[in-house]
Amino acid sequence: MELADFQFFVEVLVGGLLSGVMYSLVAIGFVLIYKTSGVLNFAQGALLLFAALTFVSLVEKGLPFWAAFALTFAALTLIGIGVERAVLRPLVNQPPITLFMATLGLSYIIEGAAQLIWGTQVHALDLGIDDTPIDVAGVFISTFDLVAAGVAAAMVASLLAFFRFTRIGLAFQAVADDQFAAVAVGLRLHRVWVVVWTAAGLVALVAGLLWGARLGVQFSLSLVVLKALPVLVLGGFDSIAGAIVGGLIIGAVEKLGEVYLGPLLGGGIESWIAYAVALALLLVKPSGLFGRPSTERA
Amino acid sequence: MSTSTIAAPRAATEGARAADASAPALEVAGVSLAFGGVTALTGVDLKVAEGEIFSVIGPNGAGKSSLINVVSGLYRPNAGCVLIGRKSFAAVPAAALASLGVARTFQNLALFNGLDVAGNVAMGLAHQDRTGLFGQIVGSPGARAEEARSLVTEILAFIELTAIADRAPGTLPYGVRKRVELARALVSRPKLLLLDEPMAGMNAAEKADMVRFVRAARDRWGATVVLIEHDIGVVMEISDRIAVLDHGRKIADGAPAEVRDDKGVIDAYLGVAHDDDEIPLELAGAA
Amino acid sequence: MADVAFRLAAPSRRLTSGAVAGALVLASAYLLPPLVGSTYLFEAILLPFLALSLAGLGLNLLTGYAGQLSLGSAAFMAVGAYAAFNFDLRVPGLPFVGSLILGGLSAAAVGLAFGLPSLRLRGFYLAVSTLAAQFFVQWALNKFDWFSNGSASGVVRAPDIVLAGHVIDGPVERYLFALTVVVAATLFAVRLANSQTGRNFIAVRDNETAARIVGVPVLRTKLVAFAVSSFIIGVAGALWSFAYLRTIEPAGFNLDRSFQILFIVIIGGLASIRGAFFGAALIVVLPLALSRLGQAAFGGAFDSGVLELSQRVLLGALIIAFLIAEPKGLVALADRARARALRPFLKPPYGG
Repeated sequence: MELADFQFFVEVLVGGLLSGVMYSLVAIGFVLIYKTSGVLNFAQGALLLFAALTFVSLVEKGLPFWAAFALTFAALTLIGIGVERAVLRPLVNQPPITLFMATLGLSYIIEGAAQLIWGTQVHALDLGIDDTPIDVAGVFISTFDLVAAGVAAAMVASLLAFFRFTRIGLAFQAVADDQFAAVAVGLRLHRVWVVVWTAAGLVALVAGLLWGARLGVQFSLSLVVLKALPVLVLGGFDSIAGAIVGGLIIGAVEKLGEVYLGPLLGGGIESWIAYAVALALLLVKPSGLFGRPSTERA
Repeated sequence: MSTSTIAAPRAATEGARAADASAPALEVAGVSLAFGGVTALTGVDLKVAEGEIFSVIGPNGAGKSSLINVVSGLYRPNAGCVLIGRKSFAAVPAAALASLGVARTFQNLALFNGLDVAGNVAMGLAHQDRTGLFGQIVGSPGARAEEARSLVTEILAFIELTAIADRAPGTLPYGVRKRVELARALVSRPKLLLLDEPMAGMNAAEKADMVRFVRAARDRWGATVVLIEHDIGVVMEISDRIAVLDHGRKIADGAPAEVRDDKGVIDAYLGVAHDDDEIPLELAGAA
Repeated sequence: MADVAFRLAAPSRRLTSGAVAGALVLASAYLLPPLVGSTYLFEAILLPFLALSLAGLGLNLLTGYAGQLSLGSAAFMAVGAYAAFNFDLRVPGLPFVGSLILGGLSAAAVGLAFGLPSLRLRGFYLAVSTLAAQFFVQWALNKFDWFSNGSASGVVRAPDIVLAGHVIDGPVERYLFALTVVVAATLFAVRLANSQTGRNFIAVRDNETAARIVGVPVLRTKLVAFAVSSFIIGVAGALWSFAYLRTIEPAGFNLDRSFQILFIVIIGGLASIRGAFFGAALIVVLPLALSRLGQAAFGGAFDSGVLELSQRVLLGALIIAFLIAEPKGLVALADRARARALRPFLKPPYGG
C-alpha cells in the first residue's frame, strides 16, 4: 500500500472512529434506561429531536446559549417525570416487550409534539465550532469531530462519576443489579427512574446538539436512533463500555465500508452495513462484546 | 407435618425388589458441573433402578436442581456422563429428551399460559407429532390424534383436572398448576420422570394428593421417578432410596432409614460441618 | 370426563357459534359494500383495510403467537409486492394468482433468511436484527432497478389483475378479489393457529425451555413462524400494491409502515386472528375521522401538516393507553361488550 493510500485509509478510519463516538453518545442514553428498567427505550431518538429542536428554537428567539440549555434541560426533566408517572408506573411488572412498545408510542408522541410546538422547518444549529480540517502527520482530521468526541468523552466521564460517587447514582447501580432486591431494601424505584430518564434526557440534549450541528435540526434527527441500535446489539444493551467500543467499531466500519465496499455494491450501504456487521459478530460470539451473558441472546 | 410418618418397611422392601432389576433406568457417572468459577456438582454418581422412586435431598444450593438439569440436558456437564436406559450421553440432548422417554417438571412453574389446561397437558405429547405443516392445515385429524385425545382425557381425569380442563393456567391456584405440570409430564407415559420440588408451596392436603399421584406414576404407569423435595417427611414416606447432596457432592445414598441415621447427613443438615447452611425445619424435627 | 372427551373430540358450542358469526360477517362483507358502497368507501377505507388486516394477521402469527418481535414487516410486504410484479412481468402465461402465491413464497424465503438470527437471538436483539431486513430490502429495491423493470425511482405502475382472462377492473371488483384472498389466508391462519404447529408457536413463546423439554422442535418452529408470517405479509404487500394503490413503490414500505402493522397487532389484540382486523379498522379509519373532525372544528386553519402531527401524537397516546388499560386489545374489549350485551339472555356458563 502506498503512503498516500495509507494516509487516506487512516483518515477514513479516524473520521469513522470520531463519528462513532457520536453513535456511542446516543447509545449510552439507551443503556442508562435499559440497565434500570430492562426497557429498550425507542423514544431516545425522539428525545434527541425534541431536545435539539427546543434548544435551537429558544436560541433563535434570542436566548443566550446557557439559558436555552437550562430551559431545554428543564423541559426534559419534566418529560422524565411525566413518563415515569404516566407510562412506567402503570406498566410496572409488565413484560419488557410491552414497555418497549410503550416507548414506541412515546416516540410518536414526543416527535409529534416537538414539531407541533416548534414547527417542521429545518433549523441550522451553529455551536461556534470551526469545521476546518487540521493536519496531523499528513492525515486530515475534522476539528468539529474532535470537539464532538471530546464533549462526548467528558459526558461519559461525568456520568460514570455520577453513578460511582453520588447516592442516587449508587441507587441506580443497585436497581440495575437487582430490581427486586433494591425495592426490598427500600430504594425508591420511582425516583431512580425519574433521575435515569432525566439523565437520558441530558444525554439526548448533548447528542442532539452535536448531531443537530452536523445534520441540521429536523425530523430526520430522530432517526439517529437507528444508528445506535446496531451499536447496542454489538456492545450489549446493558454495558456503557460496550456502547463506547461498539460505537467506535460501527463508526469505523460504516466509513470504511462506505469508502471501500460501497463502490462495489453501488453505494448507499451505510443504511444497513452496521446491522450486517453487528449480526455477523453476534453469530460468531452470541454474548456480544460486553453484555452479561443473558438469556436474551442465549 | 401431616406427612412425616415414615413408611420405612414398605419402602425398604420395594426398594430392594427394584434394585434387583438389572439395567438401571438412570445412571449418573462422575458428573461435575461448574459455572465460571462456581462449582455446582463434583463427581456425582447415581444409579436409579427401574421402577424406583428415588429422591435427591440436600440443603439449599447443594446442587439438586443442577443435577436434574444435567439429566434433562439443560446443562452440559464439564465431566462425567449420563446413562438413560442403555444410552450414554456426555451431554443429554434436551430436544430428544421426550423421545428418550424422559419427562420432567420444573421448580418454578413452566406452564404455557397461552394454552388451557387440556392444551398444556396435550403439549406433553408434542414430540410424537410427525404430521407436516401442510397435512396439519388441510388434513383431518387422524387416528394418532384420536389416541392423543384419549391419553389427555385419561390423565386429566386421573390427576383430577377434568373440571378445569378449559381454564387458563394463570387463573388457577399454585398447587393446582403444579398438578397440571405433573399431568403434562405424565401424559406421554415416560419411562423416567424427573420432579423438581413438585410439592413446594403446597398445603398438607395438596401434598397428600401429590404423593398419591407420584406413587401412581410408578405403580400404575411404571415410571421410574427421580424426585427433589424439601419436605423430608414426604421424602421418607415416598422414597425407595435417597441420595443426599451437599455442596455439589453426594454424601450419602441408601434406603430412607439408612440415610436418616447417617452421621454425615445429620452434620450437613445441622450445620456441624459448615455452619453457613440453612437448617430445614423438617429435618431438624425429624432427626 | 365424558364432557372433556366431547370437548376435545368435537368442536365446542363456542366454536360453532363462532362459525355462524364468521359466516354472517363473510356474507355481509361480500354483499353489503357492493350494494351500498361508494368509490370512496372502497378506495380510501376497505381496500387499505383488507391489505393491512392481512399484514397484521401475518405479523400476529409471528409476534402474537410465536412471540418473536419483528420490526421488519414492511420489508416483507415490499418483497411480496415486487416479487409478484416480477413474476407477472417475466413469466409469460403465469396466472395472476400464481404470481401472488410466488410473491408470498419469495417473501417467505426472505423472511426465513432474516429469521435465522432468531435461532440465537431473542427479544430486543432479535427485534433489532429484523430492522436489518427493513433497511436492506429498501436499499436493494432502490439500488437495483431490475426489481422495478428499469424504473430509476423504483416506482412502477402495477399491471392489471387478470383472472382467467377477465381483467379485474374498478374498485368493487378489486375489493371482491382482495376480500377473497384475505378470506383464504384467514382460513389458513385459523387452521394453523389450531394445529399442533400453532400450539408449538404458543409453547415456544410462553416457555422455550419447557417447550424444548416436551419435544417441540424449537428452532424449526421459529423458522416456520417466520416463513408463514412472511408469506402472509408478502401477499398483503402484493394486495396493497396491486389492488389498493395500483402502483408499487419502495417508499410505501418504510419503517413507519412496519410500526403501523405492529400497532395494528397491539391495538387489535396479540395472538388473536380477529385482532388484526379490529386493529386495521381503527388504524385506517382513525386518520380519516380525525381529518374530518379537524375540518369541521377548525376549517381551513387546520393545515395538513398539523393534522398529520396530531395524528402521530394521538396514535402514540392510543398505543400507550391500550398497553395500560387493555393489553389484550380491541378484541378483549369487544368480547367484554358482547358478554355484557348477551348476559340477560344467557344462562350462567356451564361448569366452572
